[in-house]
Amino acid sequence: MAITRDEVEKVSLLARLLLKEPELEQMTGQLGAVLEYIALLDEVDTANVEPMAHPLDVVDAFRDDEVQPSLDRERALANAPNRDDECYRVPAVLGVT
Amino acid sequence: MTEPYVILIGLEVHVQLLTRSKLFCGCSTRFGAPPNTQTCPVCIGMPGSLPVINRQAVQLALRTAVALNCTIPRSTKWDRKQYFYPDLPKGYQISQYDLPLSHCGWLEISDPKGAFASKRVGITRAHLEEDAGKSMHDEAVGRADSRIDLNRAGTPLLEIVSEPDLRSPAEAKCYLTELKLLLGYLGVSDCNMQEGSLRVDANINLHVGTADGPVPTPIVEVKNMNSFRAVERALSYEAERQWRLWQELGVRLGEPGGHKTTRGWDEGRQATYEQRAKEESSDYRYFPDPDLLPVVLPEETVESVRASLGELPAALRARLETGYGITPYDADVLVNQGRALVDYYLAVADACGDGKTACNWIQQGVLRWLNDRQTTIDAYPVPATEFAALLKAVLAGELTTSRGREVLAEMIDHGETVEQAMKRLGIERVDEAELETLCRRLLEANPKIVAQVQAGKEKAVGSLIGQAKKHNPNADPGRVKDICLKLIAGM
Amino acid sequence: MISLLDHTATILLRQLQAGALSAVELAQAYMDQIDRCDGTVKAFLHIHADSVLEQAERIDRKRAAGQPVGRLAGLPVAVKDLLCQEGQLTTCASHMLGNFHPPYDATAIRKLKEADAVLLGRTNLDEFAMGGSTENSAFQKTTNPWDPQRIPGGSSGGSAACVAARMAPLAVGTDTGGSIRCPAALCGVTGLKPSYGRVSRFGLVAFASSLDQIGPIAQTAEDCALLLEVLAGHDPNDSTSVNRPVPAYSLAVRRPLVGLRLGLVREHFGEGLDGEVEQAVREAIRVYESLGATVAEVSLPHSRYAVATYYIIASCEASANLARYDGAHYGYRTKEPAMLDELKHQRKQLHEAGDSAGLEALDSALIRMYRCSRSEGFGLEVKRRVMLGTYALSAGYYDAYYLKALKVRRLIHRDFQEAFKGVDLIVGPVTPTPAYKLGEKADDPLAMYLFDLYTASTNLAGLPGIAVPCGFSTGRLPIGLHLQAPPFEDERLLRAATMFQQATDWHTAAP
Ligand SMILES: [Mg+2]
Ligand SMILES: [Zn+2]
Repeated sequence: MAITRDEVEKVSLLARLLLKEPELEQMTGQLGAVLEYIALLDEVDTANVEPMAHPLDVVDAFRDDEVQPSLDRERALANAPNRDDECYRVPAVLGVT
Repeated sequence: MTEPYVILIGLEVHVQLLTRSKLFCGCSTRFGAPPNTQTCPVCIGMPGSLPVINRQAVQLALRTAVALNCTIPRSTKWDRKQYFYPDLPKGYQISQYDLPLSHCGWLEISDPKGAFASKRVGITRAHLEEDAGKSMHDEAVGRADSRIDLNRAGTPLLEIVSEPDLRSPAEAKCYLTELKLLLGYLGVSDCNMQEGSLRVDANINLHVGTADGPVPTPIVEVKNMNSFRAVERALSYEAERQWRLWQELGVRLGEPGGHKTTRGWDEGRQATYEQRAKEESSDYRYFPDPDLLPVVLPEETVESVRASLGELPAALRARLETGYGITPYDADVLVNQGRALVDYYLAVADACGDGKTACNWIQQGVLRWLNDRQTTIDAYPVPATEFAALLKAVLAGELTTSRGREVLAEMIDHGETVEQAMKRLGIERVDEAELETLCRRLLEANPKIVAQVQAGKEKAVGSLIGQAKKHNPNADPGRVKDICLKLIAGM
Repeated sequence: MISLLDHTATILLRQLQAGALSAVELAQAYMDQIDRCDGTVKAFLHIHADSVLEQAERIDRKRAAGQPVGRLAGLPVAVKDLLCQEGQLTTCASHMLGNFHPPYDATAIRKLKEADAVLLGRTNLDEFAMGGSTENSAFQKTTNPWDPQRIPGGSSGGSAACVAARMAPLAVGTDTGGSIRCPAALCGVTGLKPSYGRVSRFGLVAFASSLDQIGPIAQTAEDCALLLEVLAGHDPNDSTSVNRPVPAYSLAVRRPLVGLRLGLVREHFGEGLDGEVEQAVREAIRVYESLGATVAEVSLPHSRYAVATYYIIASCEASANLARYDGAHYGYRTKEPAMLDELKHQRKQLHEAGDSAGLEALDSALIRMYRCSRSEGFGLEVKRRVMLGTYALSAGYYDAYYLKALKVRRLIHRDFQEAFKGVDLIVGPVTPTPAYKLGEKADDPLAMYLFDLYTASTNLAGLPGIAVPCGFSTGRLPIGLHLQAPPFEDERLLRAATMFQQATDWHTAAP
């Protein structure tokens, strides 16, 4: 399953990346090669095999519903690239709630 | 139904669960705190932070799901729903995709006034997920940016998705009312739409009757509805708009130009408007969250939740109707007030022995009072036992209804018992024998009236009632009339 | 005379406890060595120069005052720059976090602090741990202390190199597909990837959550045991950390295993394996036989699919884990004034054109902010994996890639279960070749990925694995022996490795 340049461009939007030439061309080639290698898995018969998303077969890790101290606002916002006294600031969003 | 189409409505309701802390971290869920004061590395999605499930959130969700007659799977898992938005700090929302906490339930709705037949509305699924933060746009100061408050990020939400079983905006409103009532009875959410703890999105389309059978119109998802009334209006508007559009263009669901769209409800204009899709396409790339383990829901757990639900609105209505002899409408009015009021009613009705009278008095005397003051039953000054004592006096004929109301007013104003209030009003109980003696004397003194009654003019007895009241202001007019007629008949 | 720096952490700790050595002396010795060597090796991204001696002094004072001290009291530890440390720059070797100061400590960091370890500094890595050579760091290329022309391996290259160059007695690394074991093997030191769930991941900046595990790198397995003992344990902040008691690894480690049964992976001795590596590994197995172990061949029939499976799963998880780096709440954001100017300009244009739909769609500015920030903030390898993961999870491809990989993962897991029915440990090479030259595989990501051939399946199955020095190539490059055990048999692994190290001295060689 080779990947096309158009697909790479589409995926880059989905991943919120911006690939410009010659990165786009290079990425198409490299992803193509990796996907070609990955196609190796096609030869494995996985009919009736349960997927394994996690190495642990442990379940049920809970915490109790107790309030813990939150971060001081100044500390929470300290790493923000743009902020005011109270909030993070980002370029305008639409459909604000 | 005269319209040549059927309306299909399905609702997606998000309710905030009443936990103290967030779904995956210990930050408080309290509403109204200053922006970004209730966050931590986990709910800000800081590098390295990890979620841990709040047990109580699962418990509350389970309670709701069981009450909604859902099937509960043996185990449930968590998935990441991926999209970029500044109020979603991790770039994904932890939600549940293909193995939700519950599915395939139903909620029965009915209209006590009979506008539509009772029906079971299918619940497709109810699952847990985390809420996003809030984006605020600063248009006023002309800044080209938005402000982000992450206090709400990570608050537990239960998403309840219905089947498209609702056939009118009125049914949709009824479903929401019933759902909200149920959630209140379960104590799982405060369902405050103003504070955003209950949010509704609706999917609506029409099935237009044609010679070739019903044809579906494109589905529209309606958002931004801030009250149940708004939901009803938006859906009415939307049904009409879709009908007009169908007549003009005739585009059916799935055809070119017939894909699902999203519209917002504009309360000011009382109209829906087209909303631009949030993303080029919604490819959420769900996959199991590797930071969280599955939750096992053993049958015993589900059963113990079921046993702890208590009496839910539908069962309570049925008990009031059959056990207390009140109408479905009255039962609905009482049950809709919430469990505390129903308990008050039950105490009064049981003590006075007349469910119907208790219901009338509570609707007249109590609900009006609470409504005027926008308060709840726990603030009502008359205890159920005293209220019942009052009704007993009325039922025994010791008080007329109107005298009874005066007594009740005294009891409320001065926090008095029935006894004290009656004394204050100078009301004394007139016992039956005393009343009969009085009536006998009056009949003896008014032979003309006796003759008129005997001649068939029953109304003539009325002037005796006035005379009786003069002799004893506490005499019950109805009783006086009854006794007089009885005595005359026996003459 | 053996220098202070050649001592193992275990011996140094004994000297510290005996009062024969002060924490300050020791810290100073390592700081001096860093001064001498790190100009070439470039193992550290930052050194806590202003606080190292302070930390050491505090511990000496505590000890002098007879106060109880932690289990590593006075031992310097270097930490991969992928673990959050409160108030300290935590970059993950990425421009994206070039200025990121976490407001909290990773659980592993907290435990090191509680153990009174002296935190020396932060070691280099492949950006967000993605890579096998440490060449993908946004800031510097670490070199192999045995040959400055060569890679140290990765992604914990800085941690392995600083132990090899004797710039720290103990280092913390992380391993997602071989990231502790590969650099340990290539640098001639011992590195343990613990069982999944053994060490809390809280505060470890996630690459692939179902595979990542923090582990120790040191001169010997005994030292690894010492450090693991401190790092391991249940953490209520990490749902995937397992609630099991932590054995006293450092006490158990010198107890040899009697009747040890080793399984030699048939599939790991085929095409692609360097002859000298094979020879060294086979020689190591003979050492075990001389110690009374029996060796049988075992088969892991799906091992040839491990790399493909690993790259799909790791990239899918990474694509989600790295979505948070979007320039909104922390980390790198594309140059703001340029963005805002552009936005203002665009607004004006749309307004003049009366394009109300366009105005409504103006949050494309936000999307552009995301795309520019992420493209400028991430390096190439990170972008490749994010792209691969995004693609593999996207509509229409999920079943073919992600789901398929999860199923093959199950088969790989079953292979191990089968194999462990007959043997106690599985042995083989860590890497197909010794350290390659810097830049050699830079343009061939696939070749780089294939370097994880023998290690990735350990992570897929959640097993513990250890790399132990077992020889040198003719060019005097270290070669590593790979041992794997069933889940939560970390102790067995450490004991077996110690048996080997008591019988050999490969681990004592210094560059
Ligand atoms: Mg939802
Ligand atoms: Zn929080």
